[in-house]
Amino acid sequence: MSHAPASLLPKIFRDWFRHRGWTPREHQLDLLAKAREGRSVLLVAPTGAGKTLAGFLPSLVELAGREPSRGTAKDRRGLHTLYISPLKALATDIARNLEAPVQEMGLPIRIETRTGDTPSHKRARQIERPPDILLTTPEQLALLLAHAEAREFFKDLRRVVLDELHSLVTSKRGDLLSLGLARLVAIAPQATAVGLSATVREPDDLRRYLVPQRSPSRSEGGAERGELADLVVVQGGAQPDIRMLEIDERLPLAGHTASLSMPAIYDLIRAHKTTLVFVNTRLQAEYTFQELWKLNDDNLAIALHHGSLDVSQRRRVEEAMAAGKLKAVVCTATLDLGIDWGDVDLVVNVGAPKGASRIMQRIGRSNHRMDEPSEAYLVPANRFEILECRAALDAVHEAAQDTPDARIGALDVLCQHILGMACAEPFKLDGLYEEVRSAAPYAGLTWEDFEACVAFVATGGYALRAYERFAKIVKGKDDLWRVRDAKVAQQYRLNVGTIVESSMIKVRLGKSARSRPGTVLPRGRILGEIEEYFAETLTPGDTFLFAGEVLRFEGISEDEVLVTRAGAGTDPMIPSYEGGKFPLSTFLAARVRQILADPFEWDRLPAQMTEWLLQQRRRSLLPGPRDLLVETFPRGNRFYMTCFPFEGRLAHQTLGMLLTRRLERAKLKPLGFVANDYGIAVYASGDIAGRAARDPAFMDDLFSEDMLGDDLEDWLAESSLMKRTFRQCAVIAGLIERRFPGEKKTGRQVTISTDLVYDVLRKHEPDHVLLRAARADAATGLLDVRRLGMMLERIRGRIIHKPLDRVSPLSVSVMLEIGRERVYSDNADEILAEAEAALLDEALA
Amino acid sequence: MTALRKNKQTTHEIELAGQLALLDLTGALYLPAHDALLVADLHFEKGSSFARRGMMLPPYDTRETLMALSDAVVRFGPKTVVALGDSFHDIGGPDRLGDDERATLAEVQAGRDWIWVTGNHDRILPDSIGGQVVDEMALGSLTLRHEPAHGEQAEIAGHLHPVGKVVMRGRATRRRCFLTDGRRCVMPALGAYAGGLNACDAAFKPLFPDGFTAHLIGTERIFAIARAMLCRD
Repeated sequence: MSHAPASLLPKIFRDWFRHRGWTPREHQLDLLAKAREGRSVLLVAPTGAGKTLAGFLPSLVELAGREPSRGTAKDRRGLHTLYISPLKALATDIARNLEAPVQEMGLPIRIETRTGDTPSHKRARQIERPPDILLTTPEQLALLLAHAEAREFFKDLRRVVLDELHSLVTSKRGDLLSLGLARLVAIAPQATAVGLSATVREPDDLRRYLVPQRSPSRSEGGAERGELADLVVVQGGAQPDIRMLEIDERLPLAGHTASLSMPAIYDLIRAHKTTLVFVNTRLQAEYTFQELWKLNDDNLAIALHHGSLDVSQRRRVEEAMAAGKLKAVVCTATLDLGIDWGDVDLVVNVGAPKGASRIMQRIGRSNHRMDEPSEAYLVPANRFEILECRAALDAVHEAAQDTPDARIGALDVLCQHILGMACAEPFKLDGLYEEVRSAAPYAGLTWEDFEACVAFVATGGYALRAYERFAKIVKGKDDLWRVRDAKVAQQYRLNVGTIVESSMIKVRLGKSARSRPGTVLPRGRILGEIEEYFAETLTPGDTFLFAGEVLRFEGISEDEVLVTRAGAGTDPMIPSYEGGKFPLSTFLAARVRQILADPFEWDRLPAQMTEWLLQQRRRSLLPGPRDLLVETFPRGNRFYMTCFPFEGRLAHQTLGMLLTRRLERAKLKPLGFVANDYGIAVYASGDIAGRAARDPAFMDDLFSEDMLGDDLEDWLAESSLMKRTFRQCAVIAGLIERRFPGEKKTGRQVTISTDLVYDVLRKHEPDHVLLRAARADAATGLLDVRRLGMMLERIRGRIIHKPLDRVSPLSVSVMLEIGRERVYSDNADEILAEAEAALLDEALA
Repeated sequence: MTALRKNKQTTHEIELAGQLALLDLTGALYLPAHDALLVADLHFEKGSSFARRGMMLPPYDTRETLMALSDAVVRFGPKTVVALGDSFHDIGGPDRLGDDERATLAEVQAGRDWIWVTGNHDRILPDSIGGQVVDEMALGSLTLRHEPAHGEQAEIAGHLHPVGKVVMRGRATRRRCFLTDGRRCVMPALGAYAGGLNACDAAFKPLFPDGFTAHLIGTERIFAIARAMLCRD
């Protein structure tokens, strides 16, 4: 790449850099040159490389050179630069950081933010008199684009800056943003886009995302690459100094608490300036925080940060962190995104890393000085996690990436966007179709799917055309589609966005009533919130960890969970591990299988691990990297079957559901199963091994790919995970209105249950666009069906069944999940039968 | 409804005000002594009612509800059918009824005494839907009405859409249910889009001062669940 000369910078900027004691970095000048040429560009750079300044520099230079607007109606100027970030906190943070150079150079530039917190008078004023630079989120952009003034507002737009692009594009928010980008380009063709990203596996995916795709890019054979933005790469500074934390004690075979490693972690914290301790789940965060405080004889300032804590508490931690007052923060992914965390010199990642890129981003993120190596430790919590950490370390050293594939745009998001576009101005079908397809995720959208989405927005798009007279958008004689009335537009504004939070419920500390012992009054403060479904599984007297203490569940009063502090020394009763949100990446899984299969690799593992693997080889066997090991053994009066696909817990859950159905049909009376990231254990009262001995084809049939046919369909009919997936699509597409947190449920539900809608729709119109959207989500989301499909294909003809007399070392690890993990079953009748039996027991007692 | 499986056990016997009552998997209740089939809260045309307000729910709810209704009527072949109110989701419901659905309804009604008890959603019912319209009625010692009264009298009512939630070892299920103390029975809503009110809600308490048993409608059969086993939402 030829390097742009520093002369691209006006004098005032060169002076400012000098005054600060900085030299403009090469990529900052490169971006300036690209902007001059009118090119869109993807900047891939590690944290600390001055990425944000690089993204804004061309805008600042351009704006510095122009006459200040007098702000009168006559010489009203549109917006110059739009900045989109995934977090509103990040937008606010960046705005603050930008103000510094602008003020120091005395530039006539107005910078404003627009988030959900922006008051309505300010929003109205922003439309009237747009700032030069606006910092906002994808949802706010969608709202702005649906505004009747959108064309006027964006007509002068020169530049769009997309921050944390690698994280935005992996979700439906990325789909929504891509559609917004397509509209921006339609309004302001002169605008160029710059994407700021961490290192990813396929930069071309992101380069396509940034520029309009002109031709149907998914031609047969996939030879066409589509249009690409330019690419500027900043080579990552120093190689990170990252290793596995090894301790002398033997790690357990299962469990995620890493309790044995706490003293070592504590010592590391003590020896460093500021440490970030990352964990995978909220409950792990609670546990780790507790354990560290038990050891905290030095009274180090160790804080807790996770998404369920009360906002004010989170802000206090963030401020203390930025002010350098904390020695360590135990946190979940909520702290993952790039807010400046001050002087962190150590990152500790407790538990499985799950993905190579994920762990790299986490570590890179906390080090804001790119030329110094980041120091980090991976802390395995059980023996399988040792394998996973080893695989992740290898990947880090090879700089191998495993970021997910580019998304295919979701249809429910498209439905939402179509309504928004109708709110902005009337549209023609083919014009909007071409615009939508210029967005990379939708480049392959068929006309049929597009029409189905438009029909859905208008009348629900049902084969039975019953709702024509209620249509939300209507085609006029001029072939233009218009929104029916202002009420529909209002409905759109309330429902915009793709984040459908699982319902949360507030946790309030209660006080015992003095007058009536045993009664707890809701008089204390709010501690934060927990998922409703978690609260639903608690019964009074249960204790659990939350907000750094052990709490006793007292009951649900109105719409709050009422708790009291459990007595000192009480152990929480409710299992404290909720499955991590992210399954083990396919890439790491393959490496783990490789290590397992190759004894030469074992030298690089801690000794306790080698011993365990040798035992497994002696007592059973270790499968080849492409094989599936299935073990069967009796225990107590039950028969167990374990298998180790290493495909992540989501795919394993789905596999378990389908296997139990098949075992049921084979009359082997399955009783339940448990799954973790590495394998599953099914238990039954029928002799599975006996059946396999009589019928040599039994195992192959049991694991055959046709389970993804009728068996999957049958299960999806009643799967609560599928219903949850459908609900999210229904909300995003605008079928039903969003329920807002804090809105009280009325005695009789006025809303409609999407489960009921799902049942009816599935039966009467199984190919409806919403069900297709939900199935597309199920392929990769909570059910991970696609990954399961790939696994079943991989193991075809490679199943190694090992009948054993007793549990093997490998199987023990999954077996230990029994009792710790939930037993999965969507079978309502089983649950009811158990409850009914309880009634009989009571009667007979 | 899914096709009836062989091992399905569609009815479940209870005693109500001294007589036998059969609770049906569809949510209907059959009184053999009177050869009468009772259904509650059909909420026909709820989908189109929502569509008027911009929520385009699949327009198949009436059809689906009618299938369940017709299934129960065919199996019991009762002389009398009583719909316990809120048969239509709103006053305009009967007018919005599609031609096919209207025909199916007429078919189900043919040859029987059909009685519509009025409810709060359908205080007025047009003649066009056939049958006889009453505010409440007596069947032997039982009073049939939409909204349960708080009196001592034995009655069967609807209105509240009871559902029961059961959690066993972390697994939860929420199902429509019949609530009864042997004297009063609150029936589940039969409508495909009719939601539910948790049986633990305070609204049920005054109706059953001495507690109740909930008969939860499972997939294959009905289960009798003690009040103490039910959870709040």
